Amino acid sequence: MLWKCGANVYEYRRERERRFKGDVRRVQAMVGVQEAAHPRLVTPGEVISQDTSFMRGHGTYMEKGVQVASVAGYVTRVNRLITVTPLRQMYQGAVGDTVVGRITRVQTNRWKVDVNSRLDAELRLSNIQLPGGEQRRCNVEDERDMRALLTEGDLVCVEVQKICDDGLLRLAARNIKFGKLSQGTLLAVSPSLIVQDKQRMHDLPCGARVVFGANGYVYITPTVPQEQASTYIVNFEEVPVEVRKTIGRLRNCIKLLAHHSIMISPTSVMTAFDMSIEQEFEIKDLLKPDVMQDVALATVQSMNE
Amino acid sequence: MADISLSEAEKRYIVDGVKLGIRVDGRERLDYRQLEIETGLVSTANGSARVRLGCTDVLITVKMEMEPPPPQQPKDGQIHFFVNCSANAAPEFEGRGGEDLATSLSAMLDRLYSSPLSLDTSRLCVVPGKHVKVLYVDVEILECGGNLFDTVSLGVKAALWATRMPRIYITGEDGGELEFMVSDNPQEVDRVDVSNAPILITHLRITENLTVIDPTPEEECCGPVQVVVGVTPKGLITTTQQLGAGTFAPQTLSASLKFPWPSRPC
Repeated sequence: MLWKCGANVYEYRRERERRFKGDVRRVQAMVGVQEAAHPRLVTPGEVISQDTSFMRGHGTYMEKGVQVASVAGYVTRVNRLITVTPLRQMYQGAVGDTVVGRITRVQTNRWKVDVNSRLDAELRLSNIQLPGGEQRRCNVEDERDMRALLTEGDLVCVEVQKICDDGLLRLAARNIKFGKLSQGTLLAVSPSLIVQDKQRMHDLPCGARVVFGANGYVYITPTVPQEQASTYIVNFEEVPVEVRKTIGRLRNCIKLLAHHSIMISPTSVMTAFDMSIEQEFEIKDLLKPDVMQDVALATVQSMNE
Repeated sequence: MADISLSEAEKRYIVDGVKLGIRVDGRERLDYRQLEIETGLVSTANGSARVRLGCTDVLITVKMEMEPPPPQQPKDGQIHFFVNCSANAAPEFEGRGGEDLATSLSAMLDRLYSSPLSLDTSRLCVVPGKHVKVLYVDVEILECGGNLFDTVSLGVKAALWATRMPRIYITGEDGGELEFMVSDNPQEVDRVDVSNAPILITHLRITENLTVIDPTPEEECCGPVQVVVGVTPKGLITTTQQLGAGTFAPQTLSASLKFPWPSRPC
């Protein structure tokens, strides 16, 4: 029987293999190991070393005198310190990280924000820059008007201010560059795939702005010509078709990079974008698995040169 | 379907995109996402299929039983559908949350296959009035990523196509009761004729007069109302159903019924 709409009988084993190979390649690139030598991958419960003189780092524990891994990841050794870094991890949070989050609840003087972590983070009213420009203490009217600023479902770009003992993240948006995000589209990828970068918001040369949240939430939006006075008013102007095509292509490129476990950074995204245009793929073609693989391989090759 | 919340800005972006003819992932209004179908996974069932459309994942199994037919239909076999929304598929399916969706899906499938033109149930008859084959189709929703009805109907068709029923021979009569022999030969199997089996196509109304096919969960959040059309390969419409709270203008409805199969699967 012919399935004309592009369906193919697909083995799900292949998908797991592809992801594992992608992770191995990514780790090799990060750790700086040659192609021939594999980084040592361990699974939870696997014995790392029998030597008790090694210091135990993150991801390991001692059991009956031997050092055992507690997470699935690769082993790194620095002098006498052995650590196991997990391949993929839920977002733990680090002070100073820029993250993209979605408001889930509006409470008395704070908002609860979903940041792709174990717990919803907290954004206090006192930690945001109130509209009006001037610095002032927030009063009772501000508490009542919280929903006018940020309501359930809104996307915000904020900074991690503090990590509490139980893992709860405290967020802040005290800068003009943080605040409510305007029209665009959100992607969720694994936070382990986002490259560490001081600057998270990038205006890409193709004509779109991408916010690479450290928590794995990537937001693609059209470039704003000038900064708005208050970042809590959303621009509802219709986005033109050309910009939409760029955003759609970027979105599909980021998705395919994440699918093949390639680290996501402005460089890798722009390389994938240029490759897809060079090979004349239509935006919706980038949703097909064979096209995704072609572009991913081309990106990796191009980045290795 | 899965409940996700979007900001007003995201919704506006999606809706404007549909008006301009380009969706968030670059698809046009009537394009499907990547479809993957795998059959023959569950060896203990007579037929099985797993369908993945975008993020939506469903598993269908078909089992055959021999039973006495109801008195009003002595010469026809039967198909029974049972849908289970696994709690893994979406958070709101926890406990009994998925029951409403499961009931509406099985009712939809019953109506889809109710026409004798879609599936010839007389071929499932073994001894008229005494024994007929009954196909129990079990649908398991593994992941809910938008456009559930289409995926389930495609899976049911694939599973029925993959169904292999051992041939049954009537060996003799013993005091009024017939004796049967079920063939052990794996080559001697009966198949179900699915050449006319229908599938469901969902049209989601996002904005005035415009519908989209194969919506993602984000698009489903923007459009309140959808119409599901069951159509056979020859173009015969077996069932239609409107879901959700909203209205459909007559011209929008007739437009979606006129082109229910934009990229014909089979």
